[in-house]
This record gives sequence, structure tokens and C-alpha cells, in this order.
Amino acid sequence: MFQFIIKRLSLVIPTFIGITLLTFTLIHLIPGDPIEVMAGERGVSAERHAELSAQLGLDQPLYIQYFRYLNDVLHGDLGTSLITKTPVVSEFLTLFPATIELAFCATLFAIFIGLPAGIIAAIRRGTLFDHSVMTVSLTGYSMPIFWWALLLMLVFSVNLGWTPVSGRIDVVYWIDDVTGFMLIDTLLSGEKGAFSSAIAHLILPSIVLGTIPMAVIARMTRSSMLEILNEDYIRTARSKGIAPWRVIMVHALRNALIPIITVIGLQIGILLSGAILTETVFAWPGIGKWLIESIGRRDYPVVQGGILIVATIIIVVNLLVDIAYGIVNPRIRHSR
Amino acid sequence: MKKRLSALPLAIMGASLALGIASNAHAAPSTFVYCSEGSPEGFNPSLYTSGTTFDASSKNMFNRLLEFKLGTTQTEPGLATSYTVSDDGLEYIFKLRKGVKFHTSKTFTPTRDFNADDVIFSFARQWDKNHPYHKVSNGSYEYFTGMGMDTLIKEIVRVDDYTVKFVLNYPEAPFLANLAMDFASIFSAEQADMLMKKGTPEQLDIDPVATGPFQKVQYRKDSVIRYTAFEDYWKGKPAIDRLVFSITPDASVRYAKLKAGECHMMPYPNPADLEKMAQDKDINLMSQEGLNVGYLAFNTKKKPFTDAKVRQALNLATNKQAIIDAVFQGAGKIAKNPIPPTMWSYNDKVVDYNYDPVKAKQLLKEAGYENGFTTNIWAMPVQRPYNPNARRMAEVIQEDWAKVGVKAEIVSYEWGEYLNRSKKGEHETVLLGWTGDNGDPDNFLYVLLGCDAVGGSNRAQWCNKEFNDLLVKAKQTSDQATRTKYYEEAQLVFKREAPWITTAHSIVYEPVRKEVEGFVIDPLGGHYFSNVSLKK
Repeated sequence: MFQFIIKRLSLVIPTFIGITLLTFTLIHLIPGDPIEVMAGERGVSAERHAELSAQLGLDQPLYIQYFRYLNDVLHGDLGTSLITKTPVVSEFLTLFPATIELAFCATLFAIFIGLPAGIIAAIRRGTLFDHSVMTVSLTGYSMPIFWWALLLMLVFSVNLGWTPVSGRIDVVYWIDDVTGFMLIDTLLSGEKGAFSSAIAHLILPSIVLGTIPMAVIARMTRSSMLEILNEDYIRTARSKGIAPWRVIMVHALRNALIPIITVIGLQIGILLSGAILTETVFAWPGIGKWLIESIGRRDYPVVQGGILIVATIIIVVNLLVDIAYGIVNPRIRHSR
Repeated sequence: MKKRLSALPLAIMGASLALGIASNAHAAPSTFVYCSEGSPEGFNPSLYTSGTTFDASSKNMFNRLLEFKLGTTQTEPGLATSYTVSDDGLEYIFKLRKGVKFHTSKTFTPTRDFNADDVIFSFARQWDKNHPYHKVSNGSYEYFTGMGMDTLIKEIVRVDDYTVKFVLNYPEAPFLANLAMDFASIFSAEQADMLMKKGTPEQLDIDPVATGPFQKVQYRKDSVIRYTAFEDYWKGKPAIDRLVFSITPDASVRYAKLKAGECHMMPYPNPADLEKMAQDKDINLMSQEGLNVGYLAFNTKKKPFTDAKVRQALNLATNKQAIIDAVFQGAGKIAKNPIPPTMWSYNDKVVDYNYDPVKAKQLLKEAGYENGFTTNIWAMPVQRPYNPNARRMAEVIQEDWAKVGVKAEIVSYEWGEYLNRSKKGEHETVLLGWTGDNGDPDNFLYVLLGCDAVGGSNRAQWCNKEFNDLLVKAKQTSDQATRTKYYEEAQLVFKREAPWITTAHSIVYEPVRKEVEGFVIDPLGGHYFSNVSLKK
């Protein structure tokens, strides 16, 4: 197992270098000058432009800029935003807890609905329930997020008034920033009603963000379960008189889980890298919106640093998934 | 299937009820919630140029020596009670207000009232390259330099505790209006000294104290800014106790929040929502003409636009009403002058080129282009109040011009490229616009059409001696009546020479909930909340 993890880790270094090179090249390939974008219609004089370029280090040849950047990264410095003049890492750390919180709740929603729906659909294959689950999950998978979010918001927040429209907590609560996780900070604050307000604000964004992963998980669970349920050992288990729920939950599900874990892992990676549309609609202060805005403003340090951190997270999640396979299925860890 | 689908709303309802959520709870009566459109870049208004940043900082936290009288572009005394100007227009002496208190923050408690040191600090930081604070936070003071203050100011003198003198290098009438702009906000020199000694000067730009109506309590990026009313505000404590900026980037969501009572006011509504807002009994849809202008500039250095007849002909060939209908959806008004009608010295006697393709053809014939010619129209890739859809506008103009034989190709670039290339004059005709900074006509006419701005913000690359002389004369006198005459004349020259097609002035809409009282639309585009109160 140890060797297996080392092997996986050794692949990470070239991946990192590749990512820094790729983001650096891509963001510099897009036409557009951060100074011009900053100045807008007002513009800056040629002298001022040169002065600012020198100040921001943009006057150097690209390869020098790249090596400077790489050097800074290796020293743990991801740079400072050109726009807000705040270090990229501290901006990331302010916003990331909100992304984690939302990704966590969306994943919970996706697993708690998707997994049982997939299992039941597989057991009752061909029934009305099965068809319904598949139709609903296909619809969920192809749902335009922006539209879905606005629809839920109009129905549940504006018309029915059950859930708040957007934000992380009601404005009447003035909660101090301790951990950045609203659910924890509200508990720490001890303010009455603050925690339930934070939960209420999570309901709609979690459903919206969890819809696609839920659909994917449901479909994957169904097909994986169907395959396993046709195996000989399942028939044997049944013929031995083992309780039907035990056959499904213990004998079938455990083996069906491998592809499902892969899918869940991939989905978590995607969710953690920020959900641009969901974050925009629900005014959720996460990293997806932050990155997109920075690309628009050509805020090079934020784009480079932000993507590097996000890529790291995805790599780590994938690594954990790989290790989880090893645990679930010994054949995988021994064959490598 | 129906049964299963209905489980979702039930689950949400269940969760909400179980938690006992007062979900669309209206804020407490004395908390005013403003659904702002984005995060501020920071809290030092002299470092930034966006309106979003100014709303969160200068407009509600800070004061300036002179301030814009609410709802107008005229200045009135702020932290200065009066001023005198020397006869040669080179010396301005300001008497400062006594008894003005600064906010107290978690890390700083002021020991003295506002005085001349604060004024000197706030300007010297931007003006003096050797000032210890000049380079803090990457110190670039785009508005200060953009308005030419760095070359204009010769000296800033502390006469006594409550008197400050500015000495200028040359007379410049718009100087007073500049002092009311956001970059001229006054900081506490005492706080700056304290932070410098502590070795954390950049904190001044993150957590400054000021003298304005609200003091900042908390800021969470992309989420919320919280302020409390300043008890010791020199104009008296604001009517509301708390001010909250709930940062909501999407306009449809801002509207949903306004309807649900989660905020009291929102800026920048979608044009498509205006009709519904006007009918909503809970919403008061306020509106006013914006201090801006959208235009199409001819590159007067390139043929055939070197010929005024061609420019006049294309003015006549363009159906502006069609543009307003197609592009603005009611949020715009035809422009005939390069300055907006709410600005002093606007010349209403100017006669615009009314849509007349026959006359346009005639003029083109006289200019030697009987069979027309081919050209291009540059369309901006971004949305602006003065031009919400440049591509569509370009298409409408393209169709109009085709009718008089002028074939135009529509061109667009990424925004930074667009600005840069059009500055250099690579275009033949370009769509752009301008929003006023300080309410002074010079800020439109000289910045956009003056000879000094050719190769910069003068996209028509147009340098007309008669026009430019009038503007220079107007700059050098401080008497507003005399200046008005010069500007009125300049507008006549502009229309005759037609370096632009003036397309539109936008109409600014501010949807406000009915319980809000006292909000006044700022023609300069800011949002001030010191006068706002909530009906109980």
C-alpha cells in the first residue's frame, strides 16, 4: 500500500509544473492588457502605462515573468492581486470555506438522494419507478443551472417565501469571522436563530449545485448494481437464503461501489473547484466567481495562483480516490 | 412519478419549518440593506476608480473639503467651510471646519479632531512621490493623476491648524470640482502615523477611519459589508442605525431579493425588468437622466472622415430613434450634444441632424462619394449604461448607412485591446461613451475632444483650433457665467464640425422599496445613504 501511494505521489510533481506552465501561457495568450482594462474608457498616458508595467513587472519578457512566478511559487508566494492589492492566498482563504461548505452540502444532497434512488431503480428494474428515476436523473443532468436556480428561487423564495433568496445568512445577524465556515461561526457566536438561518441559506444552493452530481450518481449506481446483481455469487447468496436486504446492501453494494466512488470523487473535485453559476446566482462568496472575474480583469496573479490551488485540490482528491480504491479493492493495489 | 416529484418541495418546506426559519425576514427597521452589484476593490477611494468601490468607501464613510450637493453636480462646503481664490487663479485658501470627529475602530482611537494635518496627508500621499505613504499598497493614484492634479499642484501649505493653501502651477477652473471627487477623500493623519510606526501602513487602505456618516464594522469579500451610523457625525447622526451592503452580482437575483424584502434598494436593474418593477406596488422605481453620453467617433485623421461633409452626411443618415428603440428599451434618450442635459452650460439651442437619408446622399455627392464607400464600425465588447448593446447598435447603424451607399463592416476586440487600438486611431469609426467624474463640462469636452487628448481619449483624433481655444479660455476663468458662454459656443462648433454622432444619454433607474424615504439619485452615479430613513 505504501509503495502504491509513493508511486501515485511521484506523478504529482510533473503535473504541477505542467499546470503552472499551462495557466501562465493561456492567460498571457488571451489578448488584453490588465492596465488598459483597469483604466477603462478613462485610459492612461503612455508614460503612466510604462511606469505601471514596470511596477507590476509586466514589462519583462514572458519567460522571465514565468520563471519569476515559478520561483515565487516555490517559495510559497502566489503573488498579489493587481486589482485589490491583496495577497492571492489570503483572498483564497477568505473565499474557500464558503465553497467547501456549499460543496459539502451539495455532495450530501447528491449522495443521499442519488445513491438510494439508483439502488431501488436497479432492484425494480423496468418498473415505473425505474423509468421515473432515469427520466428525472436525465432531466437533472441536462438542466441549465442558471435557469434551474432562478426557477427554484422564484418559486420557493419569492412566491412561497420558504427559503431566503441569496447570501449566506440573514442580515440581522452580525457574525464574527472565526473559521469562515458559516455553520461553525454561527454556532460559536451563540446568537439565537443564526445557525438555522445559515442552514436555510444553504438549502437552495445545495439542491441546485447537487442536482447534476445526484443525477450522475443515480445513473452510475443503477448500472453498476445491475451488473453486480446478475453475478453468480449473488444468485448463490440468494439461494442460500440470506435476507434480501443483506444480499443487496452487503454483498452487492460493496462491489458496486468502486465505479460509484470514482464518480463521487470526480464530482467532489469539480464542486470544490467552485461553482461559477450557482455562486453567481445565489451571491455565494466562493472561488468560482472569484476566478472568473479575475480572468475578465486580466488579474494574472489571481488567475495563476487560484488555478494552481484548485488544481492541487483536484489532484489531492483524485489521489484520495485512488487510495480509496486500494482499500475497497485489494486487486488494484496489488496489481500495480 | 408525480408523487415522487412532489417530494422535493415537501422536503424543502419540511426542512424550513423544522428549523423555524423566518426565511424572508425583513431587516430590523433601522437596518437599511443595499443589494450592491459587486465587491469593492478596497476601502481607500484614492487607489481605485470604480463606482462600486466609491459607494462602499468615499460616498458613505468619507468626507471631502468640498462635496457635491446631493442630487446635483454643484459643490458645497464639506470639511472646508469656505475658500478664497487669488485674482490670478493660482492660490486657493481653504478654511477648515472645527469640531469634526473621526470614527473609532477596533485598532485605533483618535485623540484629536480633524485639522489641517489630515488634509495635507491625504493630498501629499498622492502628490509627493517621496511621501512615506506614496508607495504603500502599490500606490497608483489613477484618478489623481488622470485629472492632472499631479502636475497642477505646485505646493500645499499648512497655514495654521484650520487653514490650508493650495498653490497651482497654472489656473484651472475645474480644480474646485476635482476636490469634491472621491480620490480627494480625507483620511486621518493620526491613524496613518500610528500604522506606520506599527509597521503595517497598508492597513490604512483596508481599515481606514474617516469623518463620514457611517463607519465600517465588517467586510466579507463577495458577501457583505456592514456599517453602523456614526453617532458623532458633524452633520448629525444618520436616521438609520445600521447600513448593510448585501453583495449580489446578478441583476435578476437583486430584483428577487428586493421583491422578497431582503433588501431595500438595488442598483442597475435589467432593462427587461423595468416594466414589471414600475407596476410592483412594493417598489418605487426612481429614474433620472444619467451624466453620460454614448457616441460614434469618426477617425478624422483618416479619409474620407477628414471631410466634415462626409461626417455630417453620416449623421443625417443615422436614425437615432431606431437606435433608442432597439438598444435601450426605454432606458435611453437621444443625445444631441456631447454633454448631458443635466449639466450646466448644456446648449439646448443646438439643432441636431435629423434623420434624412436624401439629404445625406446629397452631401455625400457633394463630397465626391456619390457611390458611397466602404468603412468599418467598431463595436465595444462590453455593456455600459451609455451603450447596453454595442453590437446591436452597430447593426442598426450599418443598415442605415447601407441605405446611402456606405458599406460598413462591424469589428470588435477584447475590451483592453479595443481601448488601446482605438486610442491609437486604428479604427475608422468607433462606438464608445463617457460617464462624468465631477460634473464639470471640461470633464467631457476637453477630455474627449480637446487637442491634448488626441492619441488618448479623443477617439475622433479631432483637433479643431476654434473649439479648443474656447475650452482653454473656459479653463482659465473661474466665473461660471463666463465659462458657460464659452462652452455653449463650443457645442455649436462641435455640432457643425460633427466629429461624432452623439447617440444617447442613458436613463438611470433606481428601484427602491416603498418604505424607503429620503433617497436621492446622484447624477454622478453614486449611492449615498446618509439621508435615507425607513417608514415604520
